[in-house]
Amino acid sequence: MVTYILRRLLAFVVVLFCVVSVTFFLIRLSPGGPFDAERRIPEAIEKQLLAKYKLDGTLWQQYSGYIADLVRGDLRLSTKYRNRSVNEILAQTLPVTFALGSIAFLIATVAGVWIGTFAACRRGTPGDTLAMLGALFAISLPSFVTGPLAILVFALWLKWLPVGGWGGFSHLVLPAIILAAPYVAYIARLMRGSMLETLQQDFVRTARAKGLGERTVTYRHALRIAILPVVSYLGPLAAHLLTGSIIVETIFNIPGAGGFFVNSILNRDGFLLGGVVIVYCTLLVLFNLLVDIAYTFLDRRIQLDG
Amino acid sequence: MVEPLVWRRLRRSPVAWVCFILLGLIALAAFVIPPLLPASYAHTSPLQYAPPSWQHPFGTDLNGRDLFYRVLTGTRVSLVVGLCGACVSLCIGTAYGLIAGYAGGRVDNVMMRLVDIFYSVPRLIFVLILINSFNSELQDFAAARGWQWLVDYSSIVILILSLGIIEWLTMARIVRGQVLSLKTRQFVTAARSLGQSHFLILLRHLLPNLTGVIVIYLTLTIPAVIIDESFLSFLGLGVQAPQASLGSLLSDGASAINPLRNIWWMIVFPAAAMATTLLALNFLGDTLRDALDPKRED
Repeated sequence: MVTYILRRLLAFVVVLFCVVSVTFFLIRLSPGGPFDAERRIPEAIEKQLLAKYKLDGTLWQQYSGYIADLVRGDLRLSTKYRNRSVNEILAQTLPVTFALGSIAFLIATVAGVWIGTFAACRRGTPGDTLAMLGALFAISLPSFVTGPLAILVFALWLKWLPVGGWGGFSHLVLPAIILAAPYVAYIARLMRGSMLETLQQDFVRTARAKGLGERTVTYRHALRIAILPVVSYLGPLAAHLLTGSIIVETIFNIPGAGGFFVNSILNRDGFLLGGVVIVYCTLLVLFNLLVDIAYTFLDRRIQLDG
Repeated sequence: MVEPLVWRRLRRSPVAWVCFILLGLIALAAFVIPPLLPASYAHTSPLQYAPPSWQHPFGTDLNGRDLFYRVLTGTRVSLVVGLCGACVSLCIGTAYGLIAGYAGGRVDNVMMRLVDIFYSVPRLIFVLILINSFNSELQDFAAARGWQWLVDYSSIVILILSLGIIEWLTMARIVRGQVLSLKTRQFVTAARSLGQSHFLILLRHLLPNLTGVIVIYLTLTIPAVIIDESFLSFLGLGVQAPQASLGSLLSDGASAINPLRNIWWMIVFPAAAMATTLLALNFLGDTLRDALDPKRED
């Protein structure tokens, strides 16, 4: 177990290093710099600017300097939002993104598992058909279709919820549901399939033969095994939610990291872009590690040695 | 190989037919109708935000362009990107899966581990950076050679390539799984004992047996690519104006609505076009997958 975690942590560092390097070179090698404007900047000032943002020297010097700064936890200065560091910007915006993301994560897993189990237990009934039909609809409709429509209906026509922005709980309802909807559906389908398979296994028959009620059999015995495919989907789910939050934040004008990410690309704000990507990837890879470890606690049949 | 049984199941499935016909109609409308409309529909006019009427069935947008025309051409762009992107992903995914499954052992292990890693990285984010870094470079490259069409459509070409590059993972997994079970079959052993090369075995014996699976996942990859493309265009980082895709039309609509101006048509019509296309594709893919499921009892 300990060697497994150590090996995974080592792999984590390697993946992270690759991510950082790819991001850095993609940004630095692409044409156009952060200070390209219509107005020509005098050479001396440009030189000073480059020095301030540590963009002088050879590519290799810049790269090694950046890595050294990252190791110290310094994500450097944003070239667009003058005099604000990337650390500062992220400290302000990430909590917002996390609040939205974690609520969507909760909705997706809880609702998805419940709907999937519900449908599997009532296989072939109208309830099952309806749930799976709904799931196919939800999977097919991305957030940039459902989001504007939801604003139109719930905010502008019915006036139940605010159009957008960030504040109380009411600001969170629509964005979180819109962000989670396709993944609720995906998890429900995953869960239904795996539950149907599990319910045919011997230990379920034994549990039923013991005279246990159908509820206990399903939720106490079968669910523990049937949920495993969902657990291994949690890693990709987190990645999808993080990417999806960029869109949802744009639609609902939520001041999260997503908006800064899009602007940093448009403004060629390399260090801000790098900061967002690096933080996102770190979290995702770390989360995947946690999921893998949690997996073994759920399924004792798995031995971690690979 | 698609067996007769599968065709029988498909022919009997009304859902498959409805989706197929619907997709045909959408494609026909998107490719045939725009050239037939008055040429003025494509251009800006003083008629800003006009509600739907007989003259402009879907209303007009901020610049007074006809939304019916815009939605049709946008659907066309989305369909082309979806289809071509899915084909690119099909080539990569099939080749990758074939090699991993056929080689087996250590090679397979490493290749599939890599797929797992790609799965957990926000790929779309890297593609975003890639597209915006190299779009202007591709334009310069094309301009230097005098390829005007590539200059005009550079953002679409680069979208197709980069979305194909990120959407192959599922295809690779599926193909690999199939190859793992196929390669133990006797016809493969027979071909090898006859001295056929590995390359020919892959090409002549394994690939034809995978056609059914590949076709199904192609139909399921097309909507995925369309969604990715619209994601990028929605953020203003995909298809560039004056061209439009369904994603950029939705983004125009989303930024235009506010409590004071009820211009619902800017959202409802692009959303409807997108939803119909995606639903039809997903239902079709799902029905195909069910039809090919060997465990299904008839």
